[in-house]
Parts: sequence; C-alpha cells; structure tokens
Amino acid sequence: MILTEQPRVRFERAAELSVHLAQQDSLEGQLSKRLFVKGNEAAAMGAVAAGCRYYFGYPITPQSDIPEYLSRELPKLKGEFIQAESEIGAINMLLGASATGVRAMTSSSSPGISLKQEGISYMAGAELPGVIINISRSGPGLGGIDASQSDYFQAVKGGGHGGYHIPVLAPNSVQEMYDLTLHAFDLADLYRTPVMLLGDSVVGQMKEALVPNPRPVRELPEKEWAVRGKGSAGQRVVKSLFLGDGELEAHNWRLHAKYQVMKEKECISEEFETADAKLIVTGFGSVSRIAQTAVAMAREEGLKVGLFRPVTLFPFPEKALAEAAGHAGRVLVIELNTGQMVEDVRLSVGARAQVSFYGRPPGAGSLPSPEEILDVIRKNYDQAPQ
Amino acid sequence: MQQVFKRPQSLKDVQTHFCPGCHHGTIHRLVADAMDLHGVQERTIGVASVGCSVFLYGYFDIDVVEAPHGRAPAVATGVKRAKPDNFVFTYQGDGDLAAIGTAEIIHAANRGEDITVIFVNNTTYGMTGGQMAPTTLVGQKTSTSPYGRDKSKDGSPIRMAELMAQLGGVAYSARVAVDSPKHVLEAKKVIREAFGYQVQGRGFSFVEVLSACPTNWGMNPLKANARVGEEMIPYFQLGVFKKEEA
Repeated sequence: MILTEQPRVRFERAAELSVHLAQQDSLEGQLSKRLFVKGNEAAAMGAVAAGCRYYFGYPITPQSDIPEYLSRELPKLKGEFIQAESEIGAINMLLGASATGVRAMTSSSSPGISLKQEGISYMAGAELPGVIINISRSGPGLGGIDASQSDYFQAVKGGGHGGYHIPVLAPNSVQEMYDLTLHAFDLADLYRTPVMLLGDSVVGQMKEALVPNPRPVRELPEKEWAVRGKGSAGQRVVKSLFLGDGELEAHNWRLHAKYQVMKEKECISEEFETADAKLIVTGFGSVSRIAQTAVAMAREEGLKVGLFRPVTLFPFPEKALAEAAGHAGRVLVIELNTGQMVEDVRLSVGARAQVSFYGRPPGAGSLPSPEEILDVIRKNYDQAPQ
Repeated sequence: MQQVFKRPQSLKDVQTHFCPGCHHGTIHRLVADAMDLHGVQERTIGVASVGCSVFLYGYFDIDVVEAPHGRAPAVATGVKRAKPDNFVFTYQGDGDLAAIGTAEIIHAANRGEDITVIFVNNTTYGMTGGQMAPTTLVGQKTSTSPYGRDKSKDGSPIRMAELMAQLGGVAYSARVAVDSPKHVLEAKKVIREAFGYQVQGRGFSFVEVLSACPTNWGMNPLKANARVGEEMIPYFQLGVFKKEEA
C-alpha cells in the first residue's frame, strides 16, 4: 500500500529540532546520497556522524550489526572499539570514557540492558552523558529474539535503582535509527544524562533507504565537569555519592527539575490523519508502522481514524496526545506487550477520551498484521463517541 | 636547615576518616609519593572504588572518577582509552576487586590496559562492618563466618598477585606490606616501579598491599599490625611475581 499523505511531525516547543532534516533536502540531493542499509547499521552510522569514536559492547542478538560495523569503522577514525568481558564491563567503560568528556556509546538487547542498569543508574547519578542503544527482544528471562516492546517500563521509568529518568527515543524506520542516534548524542550532552534509543528486531534488522545527512549539532555547553587531569585548573570529581547533610536531597531535586525541563522542551511526536479523527490509534516504534498501514486502510473504508506516535517515550508527549485525543474521543493503544505505554496514555488523556488497549506479547508469530489491527480498529470505531 | 620529610604534593593537607591503626593512610601516602616521583599529579585520573577507599578524592589532589562496586578496572579502561596521555590508576579493596569485580580485573589485566591497580587486601569487608572476604584466611572469624572460614564450604583465600602474574597482558605484579619500616620502604619502591611501567607505556601493573583493619578484626592497632606479619604474610607471600623486562 502506498501512502499518499506524509505524517506530520510535531515538536512541542522544540521547533528548532531538525530530526527530519533529511526531508528538507532536495529530492535529487536525497537520491544521490541514498543508501540501502539495516536499521542497526544506520544507528552505527549515526553515531559516527555524531562524532562518537568510542564504543564498548558485548555480542547479543539482534543488535550485533552495531558492534560489527563499529569494530570495522572506528579504528579507521582513530577511535576505540572494545568487546568487553560483559555488559557490565561495557557500561562501565562507557562511564569512564564519558567522564573524560568524549562522545561514547554502548548497545545491547534486553537481557544485556538489564545487566547495564547498575551503570546507567551511576551515570544518571553522576550526570554523565552517553548513548545506549537497546534493540530489545522478548522476555522475561531468556524469552526469545522476536520484536518486543516489553521493556517500555524498564526504559522510561528508570530501569535501575535510585529514582531517575533518562530520555528514551523510539525510532520506527531506518532513517530514524540514524537521525535519532544523532539527536540522542545532543540530548546526552545538553542534559548531562544517559540517553536510550529503544528499538527492536523490526527496526534494527530491516533494510530501508537511508539518507545519511548529518545535521548541524545544537549549541552545546562546554564540558567543564569532565576529568582531564587537574592541571592548573583544580580538582574535578565525577561521582554519585553525596553524604553531606542535605546534599543528596538537593541533588535529587535538581535532577527532578532537569526532567521537568525535558518534559517542557524535548517531547517529539508524529501525527497521521488526526485532524478529523474520531478514533486515535497510538503505538511506538515498530508497531506504529503496522498501525499506520492499518489506519490508511481504515481511511479507505471511510473511517475517520488517525495515528499518534510518541517518538520520545520519556519525556512522554502528554500535551500533544491529550489534545489529539480530546478532539477524537477515543484512543486505541497498540503495543507488543500486555500493556505498558497504555498507562502513560491514560495519565495523559485523563477524562478527555476513552482508552482501550490491544496488546500482543512478543514471541514467534505474534507480530500483528495490518489486517488484524484493522479489525481491532473497526470494533473500536463502533464504540467511539459519535 | 634541610627539610628531609614532608607531605607529598599529591596528598591534600587534611585529616583522614580512617580508623586508628588502619593502613590506608600509609598506602595513600606511598601512592602520592609515586605520583610526585613520576611528576604525573596534574595528568592523573584516579578511579575510586566502593569501600573505605571511596573517599580518595578527599585525600588525593587529583581528578577522580567514582566507579560502581568492583567496576573500577572497566571504568579505568574507558578513561585510559579515551585519554591515553593521562596517568590512570584504580585503588580497590579485596571485596571490590577479588569478589564482585573479578571479571573486570581479570579482563582489564588480560587486555593489557595501560593502567595501574593498587589492591588493598585486609582480608575483610571494612566499610560494611567486617564480613567474610574472598581473601579471608581459613579459620578467620568474621561477622558472616562466625565459626571461622571453612575451606570446604567457603573456599580458600584468593592470591590475586600470583593470579595476575599468569595473565599475558600483565607487565608487573607484586605483593607488599606496610607493617614495618622495612616493608614500607619496600612497598614504596614497588609502587614507584609499578607506576613507572605505566609512565613508560609498558602495560598493566598491579600492586597488592597487605593491610590491617583493627576495627573489624577486633584488635587494637598494635595487635592488628602484628597480625599482618604473623598470619597474612605466611599465606600471602611478599614479592614481585612478574616483571616484564623492557
């Protein structure tokens, strides 16, 4: 099915963001630069374009294309690639490299991301930037390697100890694997925080056209805090231990204030056919691609259905969703799990609209087809307030 | 008048929080002395671990990164790979390095990371109140081995300096003690030598320092100091176990 209408990208109070700058390039310019690559490779290319020269990782399916690409490319750029002894080793190498002020990253998949949570918590506490790509898979436990969205809670609610948040970006195309990786490095430096790119085997393994268009970076603060050897500048310490009277409470309130700024400035969402919709379908990442096809099919049947896609999962685009849902009256949440993002949808929408949920817990053969989603859309459409 | 003894420049002029009779203070001084000798203070990045030594940024006048428990060698790897011109060392206790951080120390050493590890072995978890450590001697009573370490159930104390010497990436591995003036002078020489390996870019260097923990051993400082020679050194023998020649 060919979609005639392009999705409208919406940046809440962050209009300067040019995540989709590639689209602004002329068509000729795009065609001349166009590549045909996997999503995982696109993310690795985005990291290189962002100036990342340090990668630390451990093999795990379905993300191994990322370390494989970077093990080949980083040495050519005088960078460092280390296959660590474990996910724990890798995240702590990222912590150390990042503490010196360089752009660095790691990548993994769900079980490996669980192991990294200790380090992510320490990085959040010490306010260290760093990019973590999670090409997530199904669980719990060893689960399987199928496309999965079971780790939404772990990603957006603070997966490790201590009550922190990190920005979480959810690409749904190969182009976005590249664009959002660039954006992740900017957010990490801007807010001094780890940032997670949350994908799955669909966006990681599929091949699509990519226009590798490194955009100008946002104006970023100097890394005055980075350790370089004290020289004549005086001692710098990167730490998350605060034992002085009132120190840790103040630190936590300061982190909280930072999250509020992110909520104000960094929400990204995408809307498709929402203007006159009676029913809003919402989902993130891979499932949103299937849902968009189903929405287009529903439109052909004359159903007024739209798609709202959160691109940032933290901060969650609450205001934009509430607005779209308020016009429609009913929201259908689709996830590859038994219901996680739906909680944030309910909080965002409140009493403005009814919220229903269609979930497919991950596993072989559980990825819904557009027709299956269309069926769910029809049933929900009948129940939508007219 | 000639000044013959002074505080090393790399050490801050502050009081430490260490218990009376604890050897961390002496070891800190020797590490600072070695930094001064090699003139690396201004380009040093220390990696602090979890335990009594976590506060080393309060005592060393150098840049410091704090690592999660056991992960200091991985953190130091990231620091050194990003900034190869900096001097990088970790300072870790026995629970940190030889239990929870075993994977990190073995693999940083085996890769031959150009860093130095100062490993303080006092046969117990000091900060958490004297529990059994991987280096606790057989028969030694601790708060979690109240009947004494039982070899059949708890295993034997790990000899890290010897283990390190087996790994291809290790250029220098030694064990020293600081329980007597003679041993302190030997320890000073060894730590200076280990730092020298990194300064010359010759690979991974490792120094295990036997240390007293009077508080958790339930001894007064003099008795604790005597225990190092009477019980620890017979099992954890002093010496240089590996020294790659240039």
